Formats: sequence, structure tokens, C-alpha cells
Amino acid sequence: MSGFWAMGDYGAYVWPAYGISAAGLLVAAVLVLHAHARAKAALARLGAKP
Amino acid sequence: MLRYANPARFMTLSGTLVPWLGGFALVALAAGVYLGFAAPPDYQQGDTVRVMFIHVPAAWTAMMAYGLMALASLIGLVQRHPLADVAAKSAAPLGALFTALGLITGSLWGRPMWGTWWVWDGRLTSFLLLLFLYLGYIALWNAIEDETRAARAAAILALVGAVNLPIIEFSVDWWTTLHQGESILRKGGPLIAAVYLWPLGLMALGYSLLFFTLWLLRIRTEIMTRRARSLMLAGEA
Repeated sequence: MSGFWAMGDYGAYVWPAYGISAAGLLVAAVLVLHAHARAKAALARLGAKP
Repeated sequence: MLRYANPARFMTLSGTLVPWLGGFALVALAAGVYLGFAAPPDYQQGDTVRVMFIHVPAAWTAMMAYGLMALASLIGLVQRHPLADVAAKSAAPLGALFTALGLITGSLWGRPMWGTWWVWDGRLTSFLLLLFLYLGYIALWNAIEDETRAARAAAILALVGAVNLPIIEFSVDWWTTLHQGESILRKGGPLIAAVYLWPLGLMALGYSLLFFTLWLLRIRTEIMTRRARSLMLAGEA
């Protein structure tokens, strides 16, 4: 198992690349979904359908 | 195509498409990550080859997003259709994100393979320019208060910046570079083994579908925000 995390001694490059990509995409998805929900709620408060 | 450029039709169609696109994106990404880590280390690059499965899709998606933004900008300029302006505006932050991810993952791949985080060669510099074009486009939209004028100015920047796309693509052929030449989308077929092509293809599909999911959601958000603003202004009048 430790060999998997070591990534042939390249773990210090492989894991940050995956971590930063996952974090970036996840944060983007959360922000986009949050803004969408907020805009939908704002329209609903005004009595209009999305 | 322009039949769906009616905001009401777009909202109905995108409302149906988004869950499917998002679901397929997650499945493709999960399968791509699994196959990517199940693939054997490359005989030359060792385990760093796994960075390719996230670096290349990020770079492709960043360029595709710019192409779509430029196309929407052109339609916005020619047809004067507000939905095209909204589509272009909504693509920019996502394109900037994928460009940044391409640069960061490329740097993390380049350090162990080339012995350096960065070189000012044609491919890397033109790709960095892509990030600046995205940031400039976003800044231009935010700097001009009148939305119609902002859309026109930003569309012109997007179209001028589109010249950078073929420069990125062919930079590895035109100039000496540390970056590897075209090895996937080339005449005569890909140069890499099938065991790496499958995870790469799935990740590229996943990144593209994720982009389209988030892009549609951002367009929907912008349409709803503009509608809410109009309703509020009408209420105040």
C-alpha cells in the first residue's frame, strides 16, 4: 500500500496534481450550484417561475 | 440551433440536460481515475504518467471553452442575441479554471520529467497567455457597467484572442520546446498505448461533460438573475 502512495518516488508531484485538480473542480461545482440555487430562490421570492 | 436561443426554451432544455450531463461526467471521471491508477507505470516516465490523465483533459477543455466563448461572442456580435453574450460570459470563469489547472498540473509533471517547473517556450507561454485572455475578458465585463457595451467590448477581445488557439496547438511543431509533440490527436493515430488511452479518453470526456454541466448552470443562473432584476425594476416603476 505504501508503494501506491509513494508513486515510484513521484508521489510529491502526482498527489498534489490530483489534489489541486479535485479541489478546483469541486469548489467550482459548489460555487456554481450555490449561485444557481440563490438565483432560483430570488426569482421564487418575486413570484416568478425559473 | 438558434431555435433554442430563446431563453424560455433554453431553460426547459437545459433543465432536462443538466442532471444527465452531470451524472455522466461523474461516471466518466470515476472510471477514468480508476483506470488511470490501475494502469502500469510508463517505462520512461514511471508513475508521473498519471498526471497526463488530468493535465491533458484540463488543457483540452480550456481550449474548447475558449473556442466556444469566441463562437458565442461572434454570434453575439453578428446576431445581437443576448443569450449568446450570456453564454460567452458564463464560459469565461470556467475556462480560466481549466487553464489554471492545466498550467499547475503541467508544472507538477514538468518538474520531475524536465527538471524545471517552467520554461518560457512557445507552448507554455501561449497557454499562459490563454489564462491572461480569460482574466482580461472577465475584467472587461466587470469594468463596463452597461451590459450591451461590455458584451461588445468583451466579444471583440475574445475574437482577437482566438488567434492564440492555433498558436497553442501548433507551437510544438513551430518552435523548439521541452513540451512533447502531438502524440494523441495526430495523423497516423495516437502514439501512446491503449492502456493509457482509455483513462485519458474517459477523463477527457468527464472534464468536457463537467464543463458543459457547469456552463449550462451558469447560463441558467445569469438568465434568472437578469429576470429577477427586471422584475424588481418593474416593481419599483
